[in-house]
Amino acid sequence: MDRHTYSVATLTPVGHEPSVHAGSVSAPPSSWDLFADRAFRALTRGSVWAILILLAVILWAIGDKALPGIRDYGLGFLVSTTWDVNRNVFGILPEIWGTLYSSLMALAIGGFFGVAMAIFLTQDFLPPGLAQVFRTIVELLAAIPSVVYGLWGLFVVVPALRPAADWLYGHLGWIPFFGTTLSGPGLAPAALVLAIMILPTVAAISQDALRLVPYKIKEAAYGLGTTRWEAILKVMVPAASTGIFGALVLGFGRALGETMALAMLIGNSNQMTLSLFAPANTLAALLALNFPEAGPRQVQVLMYAALVLLAITLVVNVAGEAIMTLSSKQRPRR
Amino acid sequence: MTRRLLSLLIVGFALIALVSVPALGQDRLRLTGSGASFPFPIYSAWFKSFSSQHKTVTVDYQAKGSGAGIQDFINRTVDFAASDAAMTDEEIAKVPGGVQLLPMTAGEIVLGYNLPGNPKGLKLPRDVYTGIFLGKITKWSDPKLKAANPGVSLPDTDITVVRRADASGTTFVFTQHLSAISEEWKKAHGIGTTVNWPKSDKFVASPKNDGVTATIKQTPGSIGYIEFAFARFAKLEMALLQNKAGQFVAPGGEGGAEALASVKLPADLRAWITDPEGAKAYPIATYTWMLFYKENKDPKKAAALREMIDYCLTQGQQISEKMGYIPLPANVVSVVKKAAGSIQ
Repeated sequence: MDRHTYSVATLTPVGHEPSVHAGSVSAPPSSWDLFADRAFRALTRGSVWAILILLAVILWAIGDKALPGIRDYGLGFLVSTTWDVNRNVFGILPEIWGTLYSSLMALAIGGFFGVAMAIFLTQDFLPPGLAQVFRTIVELLAAIPSVVYGLWGLFVVVPALRPAADWLYGHLGWIPFFGTTLSGPGLAPAALVLAIMILPTVAAISQDALRLVPYKIKEAAYGLGTTRWEAILKVMVPAASTGIFGALVLGFGRALGETMALAMLIGNSNQMTLSLFAPANTLAALLALNFPEAGPRQVQVLMYAALVLLAITLVVNVAGEAIMTLSSKQRPRR
Repeated sequence: MTRRLLSLLIVGFALIALVSVPALGQDRLRLTGSGASFPFPIYSAWFKSFSSQHKTVTVDYQAKGSGAGIQDFINRTVDFAASDAAMTDEEIAKVPGGVQLLPMTAGEIVLGYNLPGNPKGLKLPRDVYTGIFLGKITKWSDPKLKAANPGVSLPDTDITVVRRADASGTTFVFTQHLSAISEEWKKAHGIGTTVNWPKSDKFVASPKNDGVTATIKQTPGSIGYIEFAFARFAKLEMALLQNKAGQFVAPGGEGGAEALASVKLPADLRAWITDPEGAKAYPIATYTWMLFYKENKDPKKAAALREMIDYCLTQGQQISEKMGYIPLPANVVSVVKKAAGSIQ
């Protein structure tokens, strides 16, 4: 039989075996195909489990070391404000406060500019070539090491911030946010640098979200007679809101865990204050700076603090996820 | 194009590997140590020149911090360690076979400051600098400061105190001195590699000696404690401190050697210079130690360690002053040399 005539299986005359040689479109999977398919599935499933197991192992390792600290200090650890190695009195409320305060500030600033940048770069404000250049520059920000941000903050941001801080303290000192003079490192420079550090994350993911919205939707909006800004703010951004929200959650997560730049900029002072110009402390900075010289007792409480940081990030992510599902359920999406 | 570049790179790396493998392959004895960062600049200079002079021995030193060094030493993961806070009896008891502590060099801790107009040679009486670190004296225009510094124009601004954020031997030595001269400090804050500092928004903390130095440099109206070598390198103004005899002494001169001379080394060589006597002595100085096992498993290693100690004590001391450390007095050198014999 001349095989060339019947290379497509459907053309095979009735009664003949379907041809199975390579090139046939609808050939049943060969055993190799089946094997590759199964192997790939096993591999991906294994990877998912490996991630879960890895997380469990990390939790177990930290929790195991933190257990004596948890037993001795209990929940009081979370609400007391003293960290005194000499008297073995430990509490991390100022660090929790500082972590959340600096991260929220950074998220407010970095989130606003990040989303604005994403809109600017995706909604035809720039010729595509130029937009690509800007996109690359923003993404380059992510490649700068944390220590460099810290040094830059110390040598550039702090001196640049000083006149503004002095003016705000002098004229608006009655507002608690400006209640103290800037003493070099403090919350404001830390939050500003942190905002720049989370900017590429927020901008990149928001851009992806905005670009995923079909162009037809925008055309439809224009068709209804919207202006450009109405189309962007009332149609495009809401349509991409899930992705943008995800970007913000990721940015917040990055801000919570950021260590070296903050250790250099936040002032590492064990106090809670509303003032933006006062020094504060964060959990990550506390961990990084105290581990190298920690005695056995201190290691236990530091592990406890690490566990708290882990819990905070977990809560933030779960809450973000929950808000996202909730909001997408309420809005009929068809 | 890229492929050519890549192959060029590969060839280059291969060549480097070929050249460097025989050098590594030579049977060099490797001594590893870890610990204090305070003497790291001088230690690394010593070990570098020692390794280049002795073709058979290489010394690797990691400045992880005194506490980490002691941990490594107890766990026996290093051949020697270094610490600014020596070792406590409790820690020594954890090392079977015994520990030999050797003071190798000494340094001064200075109060660096940053004031508008850069006035030089600010004089700080004892009650004033303890007052500043207790958070009691908060203005540069404080009458006590003005009285000690006639002719210096002091601004009416807040004093920003810069301290170490990480646990450190420098903090240990500094708080030890404050505790020695101020009962109030001793009661409220005590001695330690980290202490519970006064709560104030004018107390900021930075990591490591370099971090504190940079923060002082960037903050007008600030003062902080750092190791002398770092302050000199950054050209920071350093205060003259009043010593026990009532004299104001500048750091970096012969005041350091004078301070060392005022304390006699005990048999275990753990001497703390908490508040030296002597008219010319600079008040905050400290020895810094290397820690050795008295019983080493490998006699060749022990011999190499003794050789290294000998080098540091003789040729090494000659560069101390240039590096910003205090050379050990001759009598201390001979005592340490003798003690090194117990490393077997």
